[in-house]
Amino acid sequence: MKLFFKRFYLAVILLFMYLPIGALIVFSFNESKSMAKWTGFSFHWYEQLFSDPSIAEAVWVTISIAVIASLAATFIGTLAAIGMDNFRKKSKNVMVNLTYIPMVNAEIVTGISLLLLFIFFNIPRGYWTMLLAHITFDIPFVIFSVLPKLRQMDPGTYEAALDMGAKPAYAVRKVILPQIVPGIVTGFLLAFTMSFDDFMISFFTSQGATQNLSTYIYSMARVGINPMINALSAIMFVVVITLLLVINLRSVKKTKKTPQAESFR
Amino acid sequence: MSEHIIDFLGVYKEYDGVEVLSNINLYIRQNEFLTLLGPSGCGKTTLLRIIAGFEEPTRGDVHLFGESIKGLPPYKRRVNTVFQKYALFPHLNVFDNIAFGLKIKKMDKTAIKKKVDDMLRLVGLSGYGDRDIAKLSGGQQQRVAIARALVNEPEVLLLDEPLGALDLKFRQEMQLELKRMQKSLGITFVYVTHDQEEALTMSDAIAVMNDGVIQQLGPPEQIYNEPRNSFVADFIGESNIIRGIMKRDYFVHFADNDFVCLDRGFNENEPVQVVVRPEDINITKNITDDMITGTVSSTLFMGVHYEIRVQGDNGFEWLVHSTDFYDVGDRVGFTLEPDDIHVMEVSQYDKMRTDDAAAGASQ
Amino acid sequence: MKNRQISGVINSRKVFALPYVAWIAIFTVAPLILILLYAFTDTGSGGVMILTAENLARAFSPLYMTVFWRSVLMALIATAVCLLLGYPVAYMLSRMKQSRAAILSILFILPMWMNFLLRTYAWRALLDNAGIINQGLMALGIEPVQFLYTEGAIIFGLVYNFLPFMILPIYSVFQKMDTSCIQAAQDLGANKWQTFWRVTLPLSKGGIVSGVTMVFMPAMTTFVITRLLGGSHFMMYGDLIEMEFLLMSEWNFGSALAVVMLILTILFMWLMRKYDKEGEGGALL
Repeated sequence: MKLFFKRFYLAVILLFMYLPIGALIVFSFNESKSMAKWTGFSFHWYEQLFSDPSIAEAVWVTISIAVIASLAATFIGTLAAIGMDNFRKKSKNVMVNLTYIPMVNAEIVTGISLLLLFIFFNIPRGYWTMLLAHITFDIPFVIFSVLPKLRQMDPGTYEAALDMGAKPAYAVRKVILPQIVPGIVTGFLLAFTMSFDDFMISFFTSQGATQNLSTYIYSMARVGINPMINALSAIMFVVVITLLLVINLRSVKKTKKTPQAESFR
Repeated sequence: MSEHIIDFLGVYKEYDGVEVLSNINLYIRQNEFLTLLGPSGCGKTTLLRIIAGFEEPTRGDVHLFGESIKGLPPYKRRVNTVFQKYALFPHLNVFDNIAFGLKIKKMDKTAIKKKVDDMLRLVGLSGYGDRDIAKLSGGQQQRVAIARALVNEPEVLLLDEPLGALDLKFRQEMQLELKRMQKSLGITFVYVTHDQEEALTMSDAIAVMNDGVIQQLGPPEQIYNEPRNSFVADFIGESNIIRGIMKRDYFVHFADNDFVCLDRGFNENEPVQVVVRPEDINITKNITDDMITGTVSSTLFMGVHYEIRVQGDNGFEWLVHSTDFYDVGDRVGFTLEPDDIHVMEVSQYDKMRTDDAAAGASQ
Repeated sequence: MKNRQISGVINSRKVFALPYVAWIAIFTVAPLILILLYAFTDTGSGGVMILTAENLARAFSPLYMTVFWRSVLMALIATAVCLLLGYPVAYMLSRMKQSRAAILSILFILPMWMNFLLRTYAWRALLDNAGIINQGLMALGIEPVQFLYTEGAIIFGLVYNFLPFMILPIYSVFQKMDTSCIQAAQDLGANKWQTFWRVTLPLSKGGIVSGVTMVFMPAMTTFVITRLLGGSHFMMYGDLIEMEFLLMSEWNFGSALAVVMLILTILFMWLMRKYDKEGEGGALL
């Protein structure tokens, strides 16, 4: 009874989460524009999707900005974390708190503060301002993924490398980096996701001059969303699920392999 | 019967088909300090957790005061635990940690205050009541953990390697203090450790465990002086373990010599294991004919004594403790008195070891 | 001499942070200063900047404070609902077998990968007067319900969008929780309920604080959800800021509204820190 109640509860919550996604996917195959009435099966919207240049443009902007911004943020953020880890306590605290700002601040405030910066210096809003803004809010995710790994690391290893004659840059590359790779990867993935999904900050820093998927959908939503967007979301959903399945199957295989290998020893 | 506080009756415990406890039959007397001693993975902590109620036996039964406690949840058992890493509540201060159990019992506030204050005094932490747990040293946290358990006046106090995280000097201090508390409060202590010195110092009785089986149960002196098999002998202190043959009662042959011993009851010519403690061997440079002889191959200064290895002329290497210095290369000899020799039957464990050794050698 | 050389080399790792220090100065600190600058100034005749407190005074005037308090209330309700719905989910997940919990927690993260605008838009279609849900109700012989363009719809949308942000930090705290503390409570005589109230709940405080932080502020400042599900009937603080900025190009007054938001953020963080003394907010990520 208790177990049934628990399962039922989880099922209801999951239904709540997935109902709109299911509706999106189902009605992407609807013949008519309606998301309320099923009028017949059709690939109509998928055909339209692949022949629409403005959507292709928005997808391109979204992906290119997510990739460039998360790569840049990973680079700057990883170096920053290594540097900050060696700051004295006070200046380190200052840096950590400053890094928290974009994370705790309301997104809308971050968005308009960056907008004001671009207005103040008379920088025309568009692709580049959006990119700069994305790098800015991506960096903290990288830093807060890498810093804990640095703290776990044995500081003696770096000094040992120097002791054996390595120059600092070499020691960082060959000794520190390999030890913090998991943190860097997590940071990159987080940054990519945040960038890919962002609406608020993109909206303010591009001011309609360039549109990523989110701002494109928003501008559409006011006049009524074209179901080819449903088709796009269905495709994206399938891609994400496939990616997750691949990653998880691989990690499951790995964890299954290790204990076996050990029992043979 | 009434003086048995806990009885294990044929207890087995399996995890995913792997047996970690095998046919445990053990009773614990009231007001006794019993230590479960063994290497990690021997099942000693599982045994403790079965008493506490965090694990249920796969088969068999456990009695507390002669009544089965099977299926009884931990919070209904009149036993309390001092956890390995203390498991103090980080969101509560010292006072509230200790008062936790009393508040659950809905005791009134003034009574709680009095009991907690008494307890703080007992563990030497008077005035620490409103300290933060995180601000205490390891030793102080240890005392809070003990106080938190003792304040509930349990019938049995279970201690899971409680001194493991402390440094050596402090650990010895706490050993004495725990023993003192146990005596003055008259509570049964069941104590889990892998440290044989700790076990020998504190216990009224020791159960030596290995591979989920109790290898030997007895008072510390007996465990030390008359180990039942080579595992116990090896685990409790260093020793020389030699294969031999029991010729007849009170007469054993090993290391190419015949010896008079105090043991009897073996079959004639039964293969046995012989234990000689290194401190029971008195070596001398004045060699006489009836002595076992050899050459000193290494000497290590250990503080109280020297640890000396003697390569015997008959091929066996002897471990000897001596307060006198002998140099490498010295010719020495010694005799063995009957009470220096402890004869044990060859246990299943020894067979396993022999097989392993044979397998290793054939590779 | 040698010692000094070595310490000099080690210290030089600090230079790695220099690009980021510059970045923070330009893209985090300077913009915040600009917000303050704009909030406290106005463009007078001939494009001259004049110092004034008028914008802030207007932001604190009753007209705008009504919107402010209504937004706080709505966001608080949404946060409370998220907590009530999400806490049991996180607890159940943490009590499951590892493999099953891993799959389920992915199921709770997965929707976040779908564009939230689209998901919210889909709710609009579902909740429409002629939408599927009302069709279902009518099939059961129940009068159709006006879901959309109500305050309830906005709170519903907020809960839908931010629920995973409540579940995940609480779940991660449960995962890390020292089970021996819970066993210790049982050992000391606490039954299931007592263990929960006296130990499990207080120990999960860090996760609750993170969750509340991650839900409340975004809920307070969204304007997309209100616009999609609330129509133009209800205005939250986010709508107000967006309107002043982009529609009216009132940068000075808009900045003053943003300053109000900043003050709220600082107050909120201070409050949360106070409740989470141990600084377990590490679950923020």
